[in-house]
Amino acid sequence: MSTQAVPAAPAQPSASAASPGHNAPARKRSVWGLVAWVVGLLFVFPALWMVFLSFHSESDAASNPPKFTAPLTLAGYRDFFNSGQSPWPSLANSATASVCSTVLVLLLAIPAAYALSIRPVKKWTDVMFFFLSTKMLPAVAGLLPIYLIAKNAHLLDNVWLLVVIYASMNLPIAVWMMRSFLAEVPVEMLEAAAIDGARLPTIMTRIIAPVAMPGIAATSLICFIFSWNELLFAKVLTAVVAQTSPVFLTGFITSQGLFLAKVCAAATIISLPVLVAGFAAQDKLVQGLSLGAVK
Amino acid sequence: MAARQRLRAGVGLAALAALTVTMCGCAGAGGLGGGKDSINVLMVNNPQMIDIQKLTADNFTRQTGIKVNYTVLPENDVRDKISQELSSQAGIYDISTISNYEVPFYAKAGWLAPLSNYVARDSGFDQNDIFPGMTKSLTASDGKLYAEPFYGESSFLMYRKDVFAAKGLTMPARPTWPQVAALAAKVDNAQPGLRGICLRGEVGWGQIFAPLTTVVNTFGGTWFDKNWQPQVDSPPFTEATSFYVNLVRQHGEAGAPQAGFTECLNNMEQGKVAMWYDATSAAGSLEGTGSPVAGKMGYVAAPVVKTKTSGWLYAWSWAIEHASKKQDAAWKFISWASSKQYEELVGSKIGWTSVPAGKRLSTYDNPQYVKASEAFAGPTRAAILAADPENPGVQPRPVPGIQFMDFPEFSALATTVSQYVSTAIAGQISVQKALQDGQKVATRATKTYRSK
Repeated sequence: MSTQAVPAAPAQPSASAASPGHNAPARKRSVWGLVAWVVGLLFVFPALWMVFLSFHSESDAASNPPKFTAPLTLAGYRDFFNSGQSPWPSLANSATASVCSTVLVLLLAIPAAYALSIRPVKKWTDVMFFFLSTKMLPAVAGLLPIYLIAKNAHLLDNVWLLVVIYASMNLPIAVWMMRSFLAEVPVEMLEAAAIDGARLPTIMTRIIAPVAMPGIAATSLICFIFSWNELLFAKVLTAVVAQTSPVFLTGFITSQGLFLAKVCAAATIISLPVLVAGFAAQDKLVQGLSLGAVK
Repeated sequence: MAARQRLRAGVGLAALAALTVTMCGCAGAGGLGGGKDSINVLMVNNPQMIDIQKLTADNFTRQTGIKVNYTVLPENDVRDKISQELSSQAGIYDISTISNYEVPFYAKAGWLAPLSNYVARDSGFDQNDIFPGMTKSLTASDGKLYAEPFYGESSFLMYRKDVFAAKGLTMPARPTWPQVAALAAKVDNAQPGLRGICLRGEVGWGQIFAPLTTVVNTFGGTWFDKNWQPQVDSPPFTEATSFYVNLVRQHGEAGAPQAGFTECLNNMEQGKVAMWYDATSAAGSLEGTGSPVAGKMGYVAAPVVKTKTSGWLYAWSWAIEHASKKQDAAWKFISWASSKQYEELVGSKIGWTSVPAGKRLSTYDNPQYVKASEAFAGPTRAAILAADPENPGVQPRPVPGIQFMDFPEFSALATTVSQYVSTAIAGQISVQKALQDGQKVATRATKTYRSK
């Protein structure tokens, strides 16, 4: 996203040093551009450092001060795939939990958002607040009851339990996001379509969907990322069969011996699907997020 | 432009879809938790556990037809997960790795299945070959055995023979703590970047308070007297802690408040410290292939002051969950994993320094093991045999335990106090203040014990 903001800066390249007063806005912009770059790099640095360390040997990765010239190796990645436990089942579980919960969230959030923005129900602000209030309980407070219910319902170590939990965790955010996106749909367009005899399914697919697509992309990406990265519930509720990749990742940490390169390699691989999803949705995402911001 | 963007989005989406499909394909293959001939094992991520993970399919599963599904987690996480699993008796895991700290009260709570009958029927297992002190510490108050050690450890002092020789110093075979402090001062900065000693400073009852409690014991201190009166701010406890904190502040490793076992192992291997007081199991890593200090290390008994010995006793052990429906298969696994034959398998397949040692007397009669671990096998055996959990200090205690006191609240209590001591190592508060606060925590945590 920062790449989108930055090109604005060199739009007026050095309008010569003729008059300082005339030059001030350009300089101000380039200062802000610089700040954006610095902040952006600051955020990306830990991730880049992780990727960098993942190509080191364990002892080079753990050395302090860091060795920038250490020879690169793929040993960390080899360890990830040959650790004695295959990473594929946990990656598959993460994919199942994230994709299915995101689909479930969209199926529920879009109609809800429709009823809150395009055809607002009575007291719709109260409904919105109710949705938000479910996020006010710290997740950890619900952990024990959920664990006990899952245990008695024989749902422990079941990936579909995670699907339901992730969907319910992300639903309030999705409803709020989708509401603000659907609120962008011009009422005139809907009225015009209605006058032309279009019914609800047609209006949904032909009028609302094209306008709301960036919003849907942004919402689903956020839901996907949140579910993919969720650790707390996955750690408590899964065991052998339904273990997700963040839990698998923590398994590389040991209190006896070095593990940094291995964990960095594992974290890099586990981050890839999120990066791919982000890359795929990049255009829609920037459009979608800035759309919400203008409102 | 728009076409390119669409193309890019299309490619990305296709890749994601392909990834999801392939991964979902694997989900079927991965879902094998509930099979009849399979058991689930929850274990800590230590190198010995990773080795067994690699050796199981070709050996245990081939011999018995029992498939083993492992879950490995780092130490703190595995403790949380195990107490959650056992307290709810969820029955997901048949076997968990616990230690001699947890066994007595987990057994008392009815969370574990007794192993005594299995041991009696399994003549090949040879329980008498297990270190007697270890068998005792894995036996609950009802007299039944509830866990079998996978590997055991005590603590000893490790030092760089080459550094000591270069400075013309000799390490006594049974050093005292004042001697160690004097040696630390002499070898400190003997080489550029070399500090005198590595001592754990990281928060956690199993981190700083493992070595520190043994120091407290030998200085004449204790956490509690036999009537459960807290002794955390008593003169011997304070003296021991001040000694430890001053030693590590004056001649200890850089970044001491964050240094645990791993950091000290790293410091030792990288030649950043000349001595290290820690677990005997560290020696296997220090002498292992690829270690820069292999062959340069010497090992002597844990330093003492008022007691004859001071080494701790700890064993990662296999225990069967009471709710497990596959206890027979689970015992077969334990009987294999803790056997002499398994030690030989590791020796031949992985290397003799990687053997999960410290649990069987016969290990130290095995010529191949003794040859490979010449430097530390003797001191390790002596340290484990000398460790006496019933009487580790100078006064009677309410419960056994050397580097811990064996009651459930100890872990949380000592972790809280370790935060204060770690802060004192960082120099932000005094040892007196740390222990005064610690005394309050200890008093609160054990109120019910005193009223009994």
